[in-house]
Amino acid sequence: MQRDPFEEIKVLEFCWAGVGPFSLNYLAYYGAEIIKVETTLRPDITRTGPPYKDNVPGLERSAYFAWTHPVKKYDITLNLNHPTGIEIAKRLVARADIVGESFTSGKMEKFGLGYEDLKKIRQDIIMFRTCGYGNTGPLSGQPSTGFSLTTLSGFNNMCSWPDRPSSPLSGPYTDFIAPLFGGLALIAALDYRRRTGKGQCIDLSQHEAVINFITPLMLDYDVNQRELAPTGNQCVYAAPYGPYRCKGDDRWCAIAVSTDEEWGIFCNVIGNPAWTKDQKFSTLLSRLKNHHELDTLVEEWTINFEAKEVMAMMQAAGVPAGVVSNAQDLFEDPQLKHYHHFHELDHPAMGKCAFYQGPGFRLSEADYEVARPPLLGEDNEYVYTKILGISDNDFVKWIQDGVFD
Amino acid sequence: MLSCYRVLDLTNERGFLCGKVLADLGADVIKIERPGGDPARNIRPFYHDIAHPERSLYWFAFNGNKKSITLDIERTDGQEILKKLVKTADVLIESFDPSYMDKQRLGYTILSQINPMIVMTSISSFGQKGPYKEYKASEIVLWALSGMMYMVGDPDRPPLLSSYPHAYLFGAMQGAIGTVTALYQREIIGRGQQVDVSAQLSLVWTTGLEVQGIWDFFKQIFKREGRMRLRTGTSVRTPILWRCKDGDVGFFMLLGVNFIKANTALVEWIKSEGVNSGIMGEIDWAEVNWDEITEDMACEINEVLTKFFSMHSKQELFEGAIKRGIQIVPALTAKETREFTQLAERNYWLKISHPELNTTITYPGGFIRSTETACGIRHRAPLIGEHNEEIYKKELGLSGKDLITLKQSGII
Repeated sequence: MQRDPFEEIKVLEFCWAGVGPFSLNYLAYYGAEIIKVETTLRPDITRTGPPYKDNVPGLERSAYFAWTHPVKKYDITLNLNHPTGIEIAKRLVARADIVGESFTSGKMEKFGLGYEDLKKIRQDIIMFRTCGYGNTGPLSGQPSTGFSLTTLSGFNNMCSWPDRPSSPLSGPYTDFIAPLFGGLALIAALDYRRRTGKGQCIDLSQHEAVINFITPLMLDYDVNQRELAPTGNQCVYAAPYGPYRCKGDDRWCAIAVSTDEEWGIFCNVIGNPAWTKDQKFSTLLSRLKNHHELDTLVEEWTINFEAKEVMAMMQAAGVPAGVVSNAQDLFEDPQLKHYHHFHELDHPAMGKCAFYQGPGFRLSEADYEVARPPLLGEDNEYVYTKILGISDNDFVKWIQDGVFD
Repeated sequence: MLSCYRVLDLTNERGFLCGKVLADLGADVIKIERPGGDPARNIRPFYHDIAHPERSLYWFAFNGNKKSITLDIERTDGQEILKKLVKTADVLIESFDPSYMDKQRLGYTILSQINPMIVMTSISSFGQKGPYKEYKASEIVLWALSGMMYMVGDPDRPPLLSSYPHAYLFGAMQGAIGTVTALYQREIIGRGQQVDVSAQLSLVWTTGLEVQGIWDFFKQIFKREGRMRLRTGTSVRTPILWRCKDGDVGFFMLLGVNFIKANTALVEWIKSEGVNSGIMGEIDWAEVNWDEITEDMACEINEVLTKFFSMHSKQELFEGAIKRGIQIVPALTAKETREFTQLAERNYWLKISHPELNTTITYPGGFIRSTETACGIRHRAPLIGEHNEEIYKKELGLSGKDLITLKQSGII
């Protein structure tokens, strides 16, 4: 009988925005119980930003929150500025294996929920903290988002024509990088605890983590004092190389020809026109030297076909090629469909959305699970009365006192 | 954290980072290279720009903390040696084209008979199955088919590739997460398993909400617009990146309850320097939503900010923004990243000795800080076959004579 990797694991999530939830989602995909602690006093920034379903704003209508929480989570609201709120938080800590937080530095200590406090409640607790700059140092209290960190860490200057300002990558790009390190560290910490009985506190500085993606650039600077000088789509070891315009509006197919063998196959696919025999294109070095002319000639061929057709012809012969996919292509991509990458799930406020997705891997012994995002405070009654055993009287009284705001 | 685990790393650049991050967390990772060395040792940049397999900085970057042995797994003797290593290993990572390992009779079915506890992580461009399984891929093909390429660049030019190739790193990281998940489950179910990693799936995720959300909600296709971003649900555009005196700064205007203070402070700052804040001074930041901002208003906001930013250097803007809790950040060059105070104060950079080059190289630090364990580079990437003696002689008990035979016949 299959048993999910993390079915015994309980997580208390004080995270908001992207990196915290994304890191913890890997546990939820494979069976962990997550209780997400929110507050009505300051809703998650992903609940309060567009795009909203039907363009109608609402805390349950933003795709940002929905897309960030494609897993089963119990959602509760709790007022941590209320002393009873802190007491309840501590009771939730007592039954948790992992406490995740992504407040600005110092906030958890102020609540009396710092690592030392948590350890007193549960000696082997794993605390996961993440913020833009890390929890120590002069910038530790500074707010940040994926948008700012993507620029700070240099990712927004990697795509550029030599004669133009650079183009940024997908908006909060580092929000998709940092949690890969966070999720990995959390699972490793669980494994370590199982073997040694020891918990720990993990501090994920998002800036520090994502620099691990650009180590070659850092070494190039350290050793050769070189900065990255973007070169548009030019490649130093392949030609033809790049996106080539195809039939249709703004349609492109990327092609990469590196070896002599690939060049020969490529020429066959396009029907061996006379120019392919030209000395200008006979070697890799000559193709690189004359790549502008080569690109024009290749495009005179690709423009006659749809991007999908170019990809199919090239791939059938063994030349690396791929449609430059737009949003619609992604949702119709046969390979992504084969892996059931996108899941359509129903949601009380938003109806059916099809952008929910799991991890980038598949395990042979466990299926991941996705679920519709939780509503703000929808599990208050269940978590407070059933899981924590708070009496109905206290529950009602504390609602009135604003403990669950 | 993972020092009890032995990992056999048969990856090329599609999967280097997977073994690297496991090694950063303490795992004993053995890079298995083909005799003569991994072809990825020829990836630039090079130490002092001298192209040489022991000088690739790309290879250094993603193979630190690993050991290296050479082995030809296409030869029967090589396969037998690999199987011996599998007996005592916990994880095998590979990034060959799908079905390659089966063809070598080293697929999961065979390896799991030798060691039922083995976790076999296969990192490939599109995964081990499906219509693209046999597709040839490269950096640009992956970038294209994942949707990343379409969203980057200027509207009047073709979509853009990143000049720093990094598309495969996402799959490698997903491979690491899948691997530790499988190791965790191994104790529960008493056996290892296969982890099938698709670099395409991993990268599609990073197109994010901008691409996927507005398609699902509005059947609208995200178009590349240089530095501008269409604010969803509106026809308003604001930039992500701005020119200032000495480079670029990032500022992406966010509205709503969490940004009232910052936006108000920005207007005050602009005014305090005698710049006309125009429409920005009239907006009630506590109340305003994107649907109340017209295209004309957005243009005026962009003009005010363009002027204000152009009057300052990156550092001035960053310092002023920090004081005020505004998220304006400098686009740091590599040099500026090295000099960034926050990283220095946290002792981020690590000096690693490269005795063969008679030098030390400064590496980025670990990706997390932990109260239990150090994370990050401890020693430089291995030389070609640096640990042949240690593994083959001391561990597998091969004699010096055997080693010479295997070396002469090109197996190690």
